[in-house]
Amino acid sequence: MSTTLLWLAVLMGAVTYPWRAVPLLTPGIHRLPRLVQEYLRLVAPAVLAALAAVNTFVAIDSQRHPSPHVGIEWLAVGLCVVLVAARRGLLVGLIGAAVLAAGVRAFGG
Amino acid sequence: MREDVPPLTERTSAGAPTSETGSGSRSPEVDLAASRRRLQLDGLGIIVSAAGFGFVYGLAARAAGFSPLEASGMSVIVFAGAAQFAAVGYVLGGFSWLGIVLLTAFLNARHFLYAAALAPYIADRPRPVKAVMAHLLTDEAFALAIAHFRRIGRADLWGYWWAAIVTTFIPWNIATILGSVVGGNIPDPSRYGLDVIFPAAMAGLAVGLVTGRRELVAALVGAIAAVGVGLALDPAAGIIAGGLLGPLAGLVTPHGPGDQPHEAIVVFSPKMDDPSARTAR
Repeated sequence: MSTTLLWLAVLMGAVTYPWRAVPLLTPGIHRLPRLVQEYLRLVAPAVLAALAAVNTFVAIDSQRHPSPHVGIEWLAVGLCVVLVAARRGLLVGLIGAAVLAAGVRAFGG
Repeated sequence: MREDVPPLTERTSAGAPTSETGSGSRSPEVDLAASRRRLQLDGLGIIVSAAGFGFVYGLAARAAGFSPLEASGMSVIVFAGAAQFAAVGYVLGGFSWLGIVLLTAFLNARHFLYAAALAPYIADRPRPVKAVMAHLLTDEAFALAIAHFRRIGRADLWGYWWAAIVTTFIPWNIATILGSVVGGNIPDPSRYGLDVIFPAAMAGLAVGLVTGRRELVAALVGAIAAVGVGLALDPAAGIIAGGLLGPLAGLVTPHGPGDQPHEAIVVFSPKMDDPSARTAR
């Protein structure tokens, strides 16, 4: 069984881990100025919204060229947001989104 | 905006004031068990998504010539879906390893923001624990864990392990093995609506974090900046831009009339994961 690409995995892991570890392992992170702490607190909603938006509105081809994307994903993600905002729970929102997307596609949407 | 966040207090379950960050921030009293149940429920959709895409990754890796050991090793060592899919495509296309490694570093740079946002919560944890937590930090783990931490106003390692290992690492890796061993035609996840689960989960969890005007502005600006930069440059750059610019916009936004004047950031308690330290509503 080939194992050559395991070395590629090790290299990929070696450049990924510092992004994840440096802030966590940096001493004194809890003694940051209040403004910085407030900034970090706002990172969570901002970056999650960014992830959702990019994965909904931007498509990439095999060469990673971005282009605008219009499709049922807009409605599906929007439905999930509405359901969560209406306190129906994330799981209900995800099921609703997946069923809507799969249903529309099944009927040729 | 969510209005079901309980009032902020400065008392622990024992009734004693907690040691807090130097800013005078306070923590909401939220039942730990209830928040964990919500975490588990929210994680169900993530499990389905991780398993579905892990299986497709395994199939794609096999089709690209990866052995099951190589495909599985990448899922364990790298544990970053977007970078793994890109690597499979680039290996198949004959790209250099250097190019793949640089692309991986670029794609995963957003994890720095996740770690920075989580860091204050777990500042008092042993370094070996934090080192393991870092390896398991993914989009999904961050989203579920930060929502859980914010609900209870402090860290909960059990919650983090659940979000990182149970909902993501295990399904992703089992599905990778199955996909790379079983083989077969690569199914289209979009046929079953699986492709919308990830963005829907991120959007839904973001909505759960919007508890005031500042969070709302940060989320909206983050989304708009991400799409703009994503279309102009690259989606990965867009996510980083959104994660950097959104909070800046939030910072310059005045608090709303109904917002809590004291932002619950972190509470450092010596018994953060002690079940006996659970608080009651």
